[in-house]
Amino acid sequence: MPAELTSELRKGNRLALSRVLSQIEKGSEKSVRILESLFPFTGQAHKIGITGPPGSGKSTLVNALARQLRTLENHPKVAIIAVDPTSPFSGGAILGDRVRMQDLQGDKGIFIRSMASRGALGGLAAQTEMMSQAFDAAAYEYIIIETVGAGQSEVDIVNLAHTTIVVDVPGMGDDIQSIKAGILEIADILVVNKSDQLGADQSVKHLQNMIAMGYRGLRYAGGKHRLSATMPQKQEEVETTGWVPPVLKTVAFDGTGVDKLADEIVKHGKYLKETGLWTQKAESAITDTLRKLIQSTLYQQWRQTIPDEELEDIIIQVLQRTLHPHQAIKQLLSYNKITRN
Amino acid sequence: MPEKKIRVLVAKPGLDGHDRGAKVIARALRDDGMEVIYTGLRQTPEMIAEAALQEDVDVVGLSILSGAHNALVPQIIQELKDNGQENIVVFLGGIIPEDDIQGLLEQGVHKVYGPGTDTREVCKDIRSAVSAEA
Ligand SMILES: Nc1nc2c(ncn2[C@@H]2O[C@H](COP(=O)(O)OP(=O)(O)OP(=O)(O)O)[C@@H](O)[C@H]2O)c(=O)[nH]1
Ligand SMILES: [Mg+2]
Repeated sequence: MPAELTSELRKGNRLALSRVLSQIEKGSEKSVRILESLFPFTGQAHKIGITGPPGSGKSTLVNALARQLRTLENHPKVAIIAVDPTSPFSGGAILGDRVRMQDLQGDKGIFIRSMASRGALGGLAAQTEMMSQAFDAAAYEYIIIETVGAGQSEVDIVNLAHTTIVVDVPGMGDDIQSIKAGILEIADILVVNKSDQLGADQSVKHLQNMIAMGYRGLRYAGGKHRLSATMPQKQEEVETTGWVPPVLKTVAFDGTGVDKLADEIVKHGKYLKETGLWTQKAESAITDTLRKLIQSTLYQQWRQTIPDEELEDIIIQVLQRTLHPHQAIKQLLSYNKITRN
Repeated sequence: MPEKKIRVLVAKPGLDGHDRGAKVIARALRDDGMEVIYTGLRQTPEMIAEAALQEDVDVVGLSILSGAHNALVPQIIQELKDNGQENIVVFLGGIIPEDDIQGLLEQGVHKVYGPGTDTREVCKDIRSAVSAEA
């Protein structure tokens, strides 16, 4: 059955692709085998992360961008992974990004998949990476991943992308900025959407200033505050040839500025390939995914070796301070061996 | 192995412009732990089937207030079948005359809900219908 799904996916069967995505989301045994067989056919797609504050127009922009990318030479296929938060109370989710992507429904060269953020095996980033692999093997040339720019998991996701787009909207002044500094630092391209509204030029200027400051900081302070330890290549990226993130203005609902955005994405892709950063990014994405998978797999394996009551019992002992956390770890890790032998 | 989340497409086919009912049911399903894909107003049968295919949903919930259910519902069910998704459980909510209900059920609709239905009932029905399919 997995073999059949795989070959159907490769042939362009969209239902097979959709079912593979579900298997990946479930983290099933089957999905592991499917991904193994798809892996040799991956590595071609250009992964684009789009993040930014809630309501900044990301989905509307993705809608316009996907259409624009479809008009490029050879009409490349475009996949969209739209992530929305899971409700912490019920574990359910309302995934509403498709509402803004209605223009894309009639185009069979575009595939939109909505995804809830929590409960992913090995974390959200590992999951979107594996879903990207399925799209990649199904010959989608561009994979756009939309997430709300809120925290570390979003940063992790966009770190897996080749090109990261951070979306902002015109602010109310220089000191009120919706984008946090940490998010700004991961941008390859900055977009001021809703630039039909007042203050767009001011926002552009402000972002350009922040970027300029970031670069000076990089040169004179070793770049520590711009660069996270997980993305050392970014440092080189700036130091070698210097991709300076452009700041673009868009009006997502009428498409203004979106052609320029598509151009910059293509340009950034070429730049990554010319500098060897494309391969480096792929490597770091794979290493990162591997590391997370190992963590979650080991955790799950270990968790199965120990009954709930036993775990609770040990936690209680730690809470009562009759057992030190170090001793607890020792007991927990060796529980299986002790009881079986 | 984490249990698979039930995925539901909530769609509003046809031309009427009210999605309050659809949004109420979407929230109720979310609060019951399901993943709800909401697609917005004025969906054609083809668009609904296409979204169901891309999202690999277990359930399609339709909300129709316009009175066009007898035309729209069979088309949607046919499109789902054509895509190879005859397993999808289809629910219908809205203002549906008593006389039409039997015919719709025969077309393959799992259940029809009138205005004022207790959303807990809908959640329960969905859970049992999906586990019966699996
Ligand atoms: N004025 C103006 N409104 C826009 C523009 N782009 C999007 N909007 C509106 O902004 C609202 C939010 O748009 P979305 O595309 O849903 O924003 P989002 O960032 O995807 O929202 P979340 O996914 O909920 O975080 C909608 O009402 C859009 O119509 C724009 O360029 N100008
Ligand atoms: Mg959105």
